[in-house]
Amino acid sequence: MSTQRKAISLISGGLDSMLSTRVIMDQGIHVEGINIFTGFCVEGHTHAIRKKDRQKPKRNNALWVAEQLGIKLHIIEVIEEYKQVLLNPGHGYGQNMNPCLDCKGFMVRKAYEWMQEHGFDFIITGEVVGQRPMSQRRDTMPVIQRESGAGDLLLRPLSALNLPETRPEREGWVQREALYDFSGRTRKPQIELAAKFGFDDYSQPAGGCCFLTDKSYSDKLVDMWAHRSSRDYELDDIMLLKVGRHLRPRPHFKLIVAREEGETRFLEGYRKQFVHLLSTSHSGPLVLVDGELNEDDRLLAAQISARFGQGRDAAEVEMEITDLDGRAQRLMVEPLRADEIPQDWYV
Amino acid sequence: MSEQHLDARRLLCPMPVIRVQDAIAKLVAGDLLHVSCTDPGALHDVPAWCRVHGHRVVMAEPRDDEVYICIEVVKQT
Repeated sequence: MSTQRKAISLISGGLDSMLSTRVIMDQGIHVEGINIFTGFCVEGHTHAIRKKDRQKPKRNNALWVAEQLGIKLHIIEVIEEYKQVLLNPGHGYGQNMNPCLDCKGFMVRKAYEWMQEHGFDFIITGEVVGQRPMSQRRDTMPVIQRESGAGDLLLRPLSALNLPETRPEREGWVQREALYDFSGRTRKPQIELAAKFGFDDYSQPAGGCCFLTDKSYSDKLVDMWAHRSSRDYELDDIMLLKVGRHLRPRPHFKLIVAREEGETRFLEGYRKQFVHLLSTSHSGPLVLVDGELNEDDRLLAAQISARFGQGRDAAEVEMEITDLDGRAQRLMVEPLRADEIPQDWYV
Repeated sequence: MSEQHLDARRLLCPMPVIRVQDAIAKLVAGDLLHVSCTDPGALHDVPAWCRVHGHRVVMAEPRDDEVYICIEVVKQT
């Protein structure tokens, strides 16, 4: 009796990993999924925070894919370990703060460790030669195999015919001729294969599922590091970069201004960790202060905060500043006009 | 059979799912896990995770600004 071979599939929630998993399942391989959470896969977080997004249907795409395929999905949290990847990427960053090549090698390494720990035989990914400028090139895909430690136990079913034979193919665990030769940035072959499998609902995020590919997000991350004594972060830091307007009127402090009710509710959870401002005379957003305020700064912070509330056109607005020890100070301030807030204060 | 409570409030998805996954790994078939969350996405994601792993969702409902989910462990994953 032949041995039932088992593969672990890196599931991002996008179409390619869904297709590659199905291709291997169709060869009689037992497949389970693994999804790596770095802290920057935060699209679902934003949906949870902003009130306007609460009306939209929400789903975790990786879980949804697993459910469509009928496989188990193991979600691995690597927030702490991932810091080394982001802070010191051996292969550098992409267009923004995205360390794509190091990131992919790291994720495959995590999958490889899981594979060894759970007695699985090989790893599959949805990678396609030439699809991404950094991590999915003919010359960088072997780097991922090498640096992850997975070597030829890493199979890319959608592009296998463009790549050297791997062990699962050599050993006959999978039939190479039933794999694919997709390449380049075109999505046409994937869409055709999806139709063949009857997949008519799938996610195709433009920049992958990572906020580090987003310029605005990366700018805020760089600003945060530039104004701290070290390039480090906690999960709360990277979450807060996704929430609200960020204004840095002085090098030593930044304001995080909620844009709507959902964000205010989210930021309320941080009131004990941050000096914060709220209007007591008009409705307005909660504003967190990241940094330290001197007396002049308190007035400026209050005037800026008043600008974003309903009292923006009033002659005076009463603002309450609450310090970390819970003591509150009330100030009557004239809100800044829009043209008094320089564009370069917006991070 | 034991009953465990998991406080996943103020965690945003997928963290509540990960906490549920970790908690269930320590439980046995028949145990109940009561989960409190504040991320409304958990109302969809935690039951989805339970379905793919074969656990039974006894109850999943919003309660004021929170989400309450009760899971019966059906088999170890």
